[in-house]
Amino acid sequence: MRTRTLLLSVLVIIALAFTACAPAPQPAAPAEQATTAPAAEDAAAPAEAPAADAAGCTDPLGCIEIAAGDPIKIAYALVTAGPNSALGEDSVRGIEIAVDDMGGELLGHPVEIVGEDTGCSPEGGQAAATKLASDPSIVAVIGTSCSSEARVGAPILSEAGLSLVSPSNTAPDLTDAAKRVPGYFRTAHNDLVQGAVAADFVYNDLGLTKAATVHDGSLYAVGLTAAFADAFKALGGEIVSEQAVNVGDTDMRPVLTTIAAAGPEMIYYPIFTAEAGFITAQAKEVQGLENTKLMAADGSFSQDFVNAAGEAALGMYLSSPDFSAFGDAYQGFLTKHEEKYGGAPLSAFHAHAYDATNMIAAAITAVAVQDGDNLSIGRQALRDALGATTDFQGLTGNITCDPNGDCADPKIAVYEVTDVNSWNPNVTSPIKVFPK
Amino acid sequence: MFSNLRRKYDFTDYILWFIGATLLVAILYGSYVTLSSGKYTTEQWLNFIVFGLAQGGIYALIALGYTMVYGILGMINFAHGEFFMFGTFGAFFVAEALAISGFLESNPLLSIIIMLAAAMSVSAMVAMLSERIAYRPLRRAPRLVPLITAIGVSYFLQYTARGFFGSGVEAFPNVPALAGSIAVGPITMQRSQIAVFAATGILLLLLWLIVSKTKIGRAIRAVAEDKDAAALMGVDVDRTISITFALGGIMAGAAGVMYGLVFRQVAFYMGFVPGLKAFTAAVLGGIGNLAGAVLGGLILGVIESVGPSLFLDGIGIPSPHQLKDGIAFTVLVLILIFRPSGILGERLSKRA
Amino acid sequence: MRTERPFTLVDAAKLGLYGGIAAVLISLVGMVDAFAKKDIIAGVVSMSQVLLGAMAFTPALFAATRALRNGGKGGALAAGAVAGAVAALLVALLALSIAPLNLRAIFVNATPKLVNELLPVGSEGLMGATILVVAGIVVGLLAALLTWLPATLRRSTLISLGAVTLIALLKDVFSVIIPTDVGRFVYKSNGLSVEGAVVLFITILVIAYLWQILQPRLNRAVDRMPESRRRVLSFVATVGLLALLFALPVLLGSYLSEVADLVGFYIVMALGLNVVVGFAGLLDLGYVAFFAIGAYTMAVLTTPELPLVRSFIPQLSFWAALPISVLMALLAGVFLGVPVLKTRGDYLAIITLGFGEIIRLLVLSDALKPVMGGAQGVTGIARPEGFGMRADSPQEFYYLILISILIAWFVTSRLKKSRLGRAWMAIREDEDVAAAMSINLVGYKLAAFATGATLAGLSGAFFGSKLGSMVPASFNVLVSINVLAVLIVGGMGSLPGVVVGAIALIGLPELLREFNEFRWWVYGAVLVMMMLYRPEGLWPDATRERELLEDKEPNVIDEDPTGLAEDATVPT
Repeated sequence: MRTRTLLLSVLVIIALAFTACAPAPQPAAPAEQATTAPAAEDAAAPAEAPAADAAGCTDPLGCIEIAAGDPIKIAYALVTAGPNSALGEDSVRGIEIAVDDMGGELLGHPVEIVGEDTGCSPEGGQAAATKLASDPSIVAVIGTSCSSEARVGAPILSEAGLSLVSPSNTAPDLTDAAKRVPGYFRTAHNDLVQGAVAADFVYNDLGLTKAATVHDGSLYAVGLTAAFADAFKALGGEIVSEQAVNVGDTDMRPVLTTIAAAGPEMIYYPIFTAEAGFITAQAKEVQGLENTKLMAADGSFSQDFVNAAGEAALGMYLSSPDFSAFGDAYQGFLTKHEEKYGGAPLSAFHAHAYDATNMIAAAITAVAVQDGDNLSIGRQALRDALGATTDFQGLTGNITCDPNGDCADPKIAVYEVTDVNSWNPNVTSPIKVFPK
Repeated sequence: MFSNLRRKYDFTDYILWFIGATLLVAILYGSYVTLSSGKYTTEQWLNFIVFGLAQGGIYALIALGYTMVYGILGMINFAHGEFFMFGTFGAFFVAEALAISGFLESNPLLSIIIMLAAAMSVSAMVAMLSERIAYRPLRRAPRLVPLITAIGVSYFLQYTARGFFGSGVEAFPNVPALAGSIAVGPITMQRSQIAVFAATGILLLLLWLIVSKTKIGRAIRAVAEDKDAAALMGVDVDRTISITFALGGIMAGAAGVMYGLVFRQVAFYMGFVPGLKAFTAAVLGGIGNLAGAVLGGLILGVIESVGPSLFLDGIGIPSPHQLKDGIAFTVLVLILIFRPSGILGERLSKRA
Repeated sequence: MRTERPFTLVDAAKLGLYGGIAAVLISLVGMVDAFAKKDIIAGVVSMSQVLLGAMAFTPALFAATRALRNGGKGGALAAGAVAGAVAALLVALLALSIAPLNLRAIFVNATPKLVNELLPVGSEGLMGATILVVAGIVVGLLAALLTWLPATLRRSTLISLGAVTLIALLKDVFSVIIPTDVGRFVYKSNGLSVEGAVVLFITILVIAYLWQILQPRLNRAVDRMPESRRRVLSFVATVGLLALLFALPVLLGSYLSEVADLVGFYIVMALGLNVVVGFAGLLDLGYVAFFAIGAYTMAVLTTPELPLVRSFIPQLSFWAALPISVLMALLAGVFLGVPVLKTRGDYLAIITLGFGEIIRLLVLSDALKPVMGGAQGVTGIARPEGFGMRADSPQEFYYLILISILIAWFVTSRLKKSRLGRAWMAIREDEDVAAAMSINLVGYKLAAFATGATLAGLSGAFFGSKLGSMVPASFNVLVSINVLAVLIVGGMGSLPGVVVGAIALIGLPELLREFNEFRWWVYGAVLVMMMLYRPEGLWPDATRERELLEDKEPNVIDEDPTGLAEDATVPT
C-alpha cells in the first residue's frame, strides 16, 4: 500500500517539477540559472561569472549590490559544534565584539553576521564553503578555524569571488606561493614564524640545547613542532624526543616518562588548552622532569589554560603575538568580553578574529561605491584592498599583508607565566620575556 | 549443541592462530628489544604501572555501569559516558562553591564527600531519567533499536551540557590536601592517585555488598537472569532496572569526582572517549560481569600506559604513545581470539 | 494499555508540564537567545517565539484531542487552556528566577538578555509573567479550537503550519532554487514576508487537503487497473524518477548538489552496511575503517606528494586507482571477517569498533607518516577525468555518485533475493539452526563482510577524490555510528529505507548547518523520538515490519492526536 502511495507521489512530484521548472530557466531569473546550467557542461570556464548587474559594475569578479537599508552580510565559517567548538566560538565572539564596536553598522548599513559550522574537518569545510559561495549577498568570509578546512574550503570561496580572512589557520602551505588561492588571507601566524621565534628563544635566550616536542595530531601542532624542530636544529640544538598524544587523552604521565628517559632540558608542546593543561600539570609529577622547562604556544595562550594547568604553570613559557605595543586596546576587549559573555575568552584566537573583522570592514569602507543609500562593493577590489592592508593597528599588533596573504604582525613574543591566579598579558601575568 | 556438528577446527581457526601468533611475536620482540636496551629504569616501569592503574580505576568505575546495564537489559548504553560527564559537572559546581567559601581547604575530606554526593546524585538522576524516558518503552524492541536510542541520548545529553555549561574547558578547583606525592616503598605516588585507589576500592566493595547481599541485589540478579520469571516471582522489574541504572550512574558520578580530582578539567565532550574506553574494558573483562569490568578497566589502563613504551619504543616506532589506543584494541582482539567472551566471560546473574 | 479512563485536567496539566520542561530546556541550552534574531515572518514572529509557542501548542493539542473524546468541545477547550497555561507558567517561573537565584553561575545562557526574550515584548517582572501565562492560555485555546475541525482539515492545517515554518527556516536553501521574483515576494532579508507567509500557508493547506481527499481515490483507481496498465504506470514512474534524479543538479544548484553528494556517500555506505547488519545480522561498529581504506588508497595512489610512495608506485589517475581502492577495501573486509566469525553479538561490535579506531590511528600516526601523510593529511588527490572532461564541481560529482548508488542498489537488491540473501537471512534469524541446515556460516559471513566493505571502499574512494585533500579526523567512530543510525532510522534491511534515512539524518542536518551546535542537540532528540514512536524505521522492510508489529506492545505508541500516523492504517 505504501509503495503505491509513493508511486503516485513520485508521479505528482515529477509532474510538478517539470511543469514548474521547464519554463523557468529560459525567460526568468537569468542570474540564478545561468550560474548553474553551464557549470554542468563546462567546468573550465569561470562559471561563477558575476550576476548580471545594471549598476555598471566593472569589477572583474562582479559586485555586491546592497540596497538602502539592507544589511552588509559578513559570514563566518568556523567550527562551532563538536569537541573543537571552543576554538570557533572564541572567534565568533571576537567577530561579534568587533561588530558591536562598529556600532553594528558600516557606511550606514547594518552589519549582519551569518555563519556556518565547519566541524574542523575537510568535508565540513567543503560543505560550509559551498553553501556560503552560493549566497551572492555575502560580502566576505571570516574563516576557517582549522587549516584542514581551509585547504578544501578556501579554493571554493575564492573561485566564487569571495575573499576570506582566517583568524586561526596556521599551516604554512596555505600561504605558500605555489598553493595559495587568491582570495585567502589570515591574521593568524604562520607556523614558520612562531616556530622560529620559539627556537630562537630556547637556544639563544635560555641557552638550552636539548629539547623534546609533543604534538596532538592536529595540523596546527604538527606544523608548529616541525617548524620549531627545524629552526632549533639549524641553530645547533638537538631534538632528543619527538612524541605525540591524542586529542582526548587525559593521562600524560606515560608519554612524559618516555620523554624523561631521553633527558631533555625543555619540552615544547604547542597544542590546545585541554591536553596542554594535562601535560603541564602532570610534568612536575614525573621523575626526571622536575626541572625541565616547559613551553607552549598561542593555542594555549588563554586563561582557561592556566586554570587547567594550575600551580604547575608557574614559570612556564608561552609564545604569542606581542601585546606590549597595543596593551590598552586588548584590555578594553577583555572588559567587553566579560560584560557580554560573562567570562574570559575560550581560546586564543578571539583577537585575531576581531582584527580580521575590522580589517574587512576597513577594506569595505575603502572600496565601496556609495550611490545615494545604495552600496556597490567590487569583489576583486575588496580582495585587492585586503591584500593592500598595511600598518593596520589591531589587537594582535601591526597588521600588514604580504603578497601571499599572511597578514599577522610578525612580532612574536615569549611570555612567562608569573601568576596562575590572574590573566592579564603583560600587566600581571604572563609577562613578556623575549625579545627583550 | 548444533555447533558440535561442525568439524572441530576449520581454516578460520588456523588463520586466527596465525594472526594471534604474529601479534604475540611482535609484542614479545618489541618488549625484548626495549627491555634489553635499558632505556627505562625499573622505577620508571613501576611508575608506568601505577599511572595505568590510576587511569584504569576510573575506567573501571565507568565500566561497571556499562556492564550492569548490559547484564540486566542486554543493551550497550552508549550514553553512559555522558552520565559520567554530568556527574563531573555536578562535582565541579559544588567544588567551586566550596573552594570559594574556603571550606575545601579547611575540610578536605568532608568536601570530597559532598562532591561525591553531588556527582553521584546528578549522574544517577540523569541515568534514571534517560532510562525512564528513552529506554523503558523499548524493552521488547529488537536489539539495535535501544542501541540507536542510546546514541541519540548521548548526542542529546552532550549538547545539552554544551548549551548549559558552555563550550570551554573549566578548571576543577585544586584540593590542597591531595597535592604532592608520598613515597610508597620504591615508588612515589601522587596523593590524588592514592585517593582514586582508595575510593575505587571502597566503592567496589559497597557495590559488591549491594549486589550480592541485599534484597535489591537479589532482585537485580533475578531480573538479569529472566525478566518474566522475576516478574512472576513478585519482583518489580521496572523499578529494579531503574535502580540498576541509578547504581551505574552512581559509579559514573564517583568516577567523575575522581576524574576531576586527578585531571582537574571539565568539558562537555569529556564523556565520549572514557565511555568508549569503559565499554572496551567491560568487554575485555567479559561484559555483564562485575569483577570483569574492574579487571578489564585496570588491564586496559595498564596496557595503555605500559604498552607504547614496552612494545613500540624499542623497535623504533616514532611517537609510540599516539598509538596507545591502537595497542589497547589490538590486545583486546588478541584476548577475544583466545577467549571469545572476555577474560571472565560470565553473566552478571551467575556470579556477581 | 490504551487509556480508557477519562482524561482529566490533571492529565492536561501534566502534558503542559512536559511542554514547559521542554521550553525551559531550549531556553537554557541557548536556543531561544540564538534564534531571537532569526525571524520566521519578518518583523512579526521570531524563531524563538515559534519554538516557545510550539512548546505550549503541542501539549495543548495532545490534551485537547484526548479531552475531546470524553469531555466534548468544552472539555477540549479547558484541557487546551490548562496545558498551555502550565507550560507558560514554567517559562515564566524560569524568567523570574534567573536573576534572584543567579542561575548564570551554572547555566551560561541564563543571561538578563534571555529574560527579556522570554517575557513578552516591553514587559518585565510579575506583570510580564502574567502576560506570558495569558499568552500560553491563548495558544492552548487555539490548539483546542483546532481539534474541533474535521480530521482532514486539522491535519492539513498542521501540515501547512509545519511546512511554512520549515520554508522560513530553510530560506538560504530555497531562495537559491526558486525564481528570483518569487523569492523576492516570499522572502524578506530576514524571514518570510507577511503576504508570502499567508499565500504559502493557504497554498499548502489547499494542496494538503486535496491530496488527502484524492489520494484514496487514486489508489482505488490504480487498484482497479488491469495488471498490464499498472505495470506501464510503474514503468513510467521509474523512468520519471530516474529522469528527475538526473535532472536534479541542474535544478538544485551547487550548494544543494553538494548536500546531495554527501547524502550520496552515506547512501552507498549504508547500502553496504545494510548487507552486513540488515541482511546478515552482524553488528559492525567499525564500518568507517573500510571507508577510510577506500579513501586513503585513492589518496595515496593519486597524490603527487609522498615521495617515498612515489618512488615505488607511479602516480595513478582516478580511474586507475578506483578499482584498487575498492579491492583494498574488499581485502580488508575479508581480513577482518576472519576474527569476526569467531565472535558474536556485542563482542563482534567491539572488535569492529576497535578495528575502525586502529585504522584511524594508523593513518594519523607519525610512524606511517611517510606513507599516509600522518596528521598533515594528503592533498592533491586526483579528480575523475575522461572524455576531455574533469569532474570538479559538486554537480559533476553528483552524476558519478548517482551511478555508484544505482550500482550499489542493483547489486544489493539482487543479492537480497538470491540464495546468498536467503542464507544471510537464515543466519540472522538463528545461527545454530542455519548451521544445522548445512549453511556454510564462514563463507556466507565473509561474503557479507566483503560486500559491505567493497561498497564502503567505493564510497570512500569518491569521497577522497571529491575532497581533494584529506586528514584522518574525517574517519572517526561517529561516521560508523551515523551510518548505523541512517540504516535503522530508514528501516533495517530495506533499500528505500536507506535512502530515506540518509536524507533525513545526513541531508537535513547539513541543510541546517547554520544552526551550529543546536542541530546535533535536536538530532539526538529526534533520534530518540524516532526510536520510541517508529522503531521499525521510516520505510521498513515488509518482513521486518511484520515481525516488529507482532511483538510490539500496545502501549508503545500511545495516542496520535495529529492523525499523521493514521496514514499507515487507512484501510484500502
